[in-house]
Amino acid sequence: MNILEIKNLNVSFQTETGDLHALRDVSFAVPKNCIVGVVGESGCGKSTLINTILGLLAQNGRVDSGEVVFHDQNLITLSHQDMQNIRGVKISTVFQDPMGALNPVISVGKQMEHIQYRSKESREEKRQNAIAMLKQVRIPDPENALMRHPHEFSGGMKQRISIAMALMMKPDLLIADEPTTALDATLEIATIELLKELQEQIGCSILFISHHLGVIAELCEKVLVMYAGEVVERGTAKQIFHNSLHPYTQKLLECDPARLSDHNQVLPTIPGEIPDLHHPHRGCIFFDRCHVSAEICQTQPQDAAQGDHIARCHMVKPC
Amino acid sequence: MSAVVYEMKKSLLKIMREPLGALGISLVILMIFSAIFADLIASADPSKISPRDRFLPPSFDHLMGTDQLGRDLFARILHGGRIALAVALFTTAVSLIIGTVLGLLAGYGPRWLDNVLLLLFDTVKSFPTVMLALALVTLFGPSLTSVIIVVVLVNVPGYARIIRTQTLTLKSAEFVTAAQSMGASTMRILRVHMLPNTIGPLLILVSMDIPVVIAIEAGMSFLGLGVRPPTPSWGAILNDGFTAIRDTPWIAVAGGLPIILTTLGFTFLGETLRDIFDPRMKRR
Repeated sequence: MNILEIKNLNVSFQTETGDLHALRDVSFAVPKNCIVGVVGESGCGKSTLINTILGLLAQNGRVDSGEVVFHDQNLITLSHQDMQNIRGVKISTVFQDPMGALNPVISVGKQMEHIQYRSKESREEKRQNAIAMLKQVRIPDPENALMRHPHEFSGGMKQRISIAMALMMKPDLLIADEPTTALDATLEIATIELLKELQEQIGCSILFISHHLGVIAELCEKVLVMYAGEVVERGTAKQIFHNSLHPYTQKLLECDPARLSDHNQVLPTIPGEIPDLHHPHRGCIFFDRCHVSAEICQTQPQDAAQGDHIARCHMVKPC
Repeated sequence: MSAVVYEMKKSLLKIMREPLGALGISLVILMIFSAIFADLIASADPSKISPRDRFLPPSFDHLMGTDQLGRDLFARILHGGRIALAVALFTTAVSLIIGTVLGLLAGYGPRWLDNVLLLLFDTVKSFPTVMLALALVTLFGPSLTSVIIVVVLVNVPGYARIIRTQTLTLKSAEFVTAAQSMGASTMRILRVHMLPNTIGPLLILVSMDIPVVIAIEAGMSFLGLGVRPPTPSWGAILNDGFTAIRDTPWIAVAGGLPIILTTLGFTFLGETLRDIFDPRMKRR
């Protein structure tokens, strides 16, 4: 059973220099009780993807075609009001920067109470919910924590509070937008373990966005690799990390500092630059930087599936 | 609201630590106190005319002397303080409400509305206060209402602009995006997230604006455009004293002193508040 299914999604932004095709033909599914990782460079469309799911695209953004199906409902065609009722209840979000995600002038308790504004419970019940949730994310002395302001907490604690707030309403889908990027390495591991544990307890699915390959490998069952607005490869974590099909994924893995066996003075990079998405693109999006490109790569490749392992590359033979 | 109380408590302690702030807040409290308890402090009737006591110099019976109609100046000053304070508080409250609504609309609303409102603010701001006052008094006649309308018109653009700026900065703050992604409606975001964040700068502006309001009220009453006699007003007392300043200077002093003290009090308070909220602006 899939909680979220995205079908052939195309999103573009109107800019002064013409339309920017931020997402091109993106398809994937998030099964129930599953953590799906999205990995890709900055500017590959990860944030656009989240905002499209949440219905919070910028003013100049537009969904050209495709569907975002959540619980048999196409979110794209949903009214503003209906969408607002899904956000924060069925789908909630944790953001990258724990410093910025909490309002600095309101106490944590107030904010956690505000977030339950839809429920008809009394203030005391809401307070108890908040305390229970803070306990779950292992905030010491939760009663006291509720009275404090965000600046009185450390970065890791703030991120755990954000997670507590996001999971407060027991959503079906949690979107985590690089939740560990602003944290140091030890906190990162702790936060990931916490997320995994909470996911099992609540039974929700997580769409986990990161550009940290190690984190994705650790946490996620399924992985999407995005490049310049396209999902170039998707499959299970094992398939992506041990048997990658797309040349971009292979190059990306080679560049991961954690996987380098010997000490290099210079970190390896993928030569070339991300293509300018302002112009309609012909052929494979990775053509300019690919090490295996051939004549055929000047035409748009189709998704080639080897079972549930799919790559958008001419060189991958479906079987 | 607890955030407001918390901020206020913290700020009050900091104000008392600064000598200028302590002086400012003492003057302000003194002014408010004397205006509220004017009847108890000065036993004389501020409007009672006694022709035999005209132009008496300060004495124990009349702490600040009497004016050309024999009215006790001390009582008139205290009761004049009531007018000044009432005008200041009322107009500030009204300007704050209007300014907040317009500022939020400009900051959070569509771009065209922002442009229209900004144009409106600039237009109102570009009128000299005195010209605006004269024009309105010509329309409505000299009264307390005219004073209030003038002051509100002059003040609203300032408040609206500050709220607009705060709203614009906060609009892209991550906690606002977070609230949006958690399903908060626009009204909810404005009320829960925007407003509490504008209180700091607003507090400074309010305490800096109150002396301006008092000066406008006194100025208009001095020119005969404001409060009608026999209602006591500092501006009117100053005007009474002005005509007889060579022979009986205490009348002018009685009118001028409270204006100066109150203005200084609020200005010191405002500057201290600004230093506390925004240390970068501190004068070296």
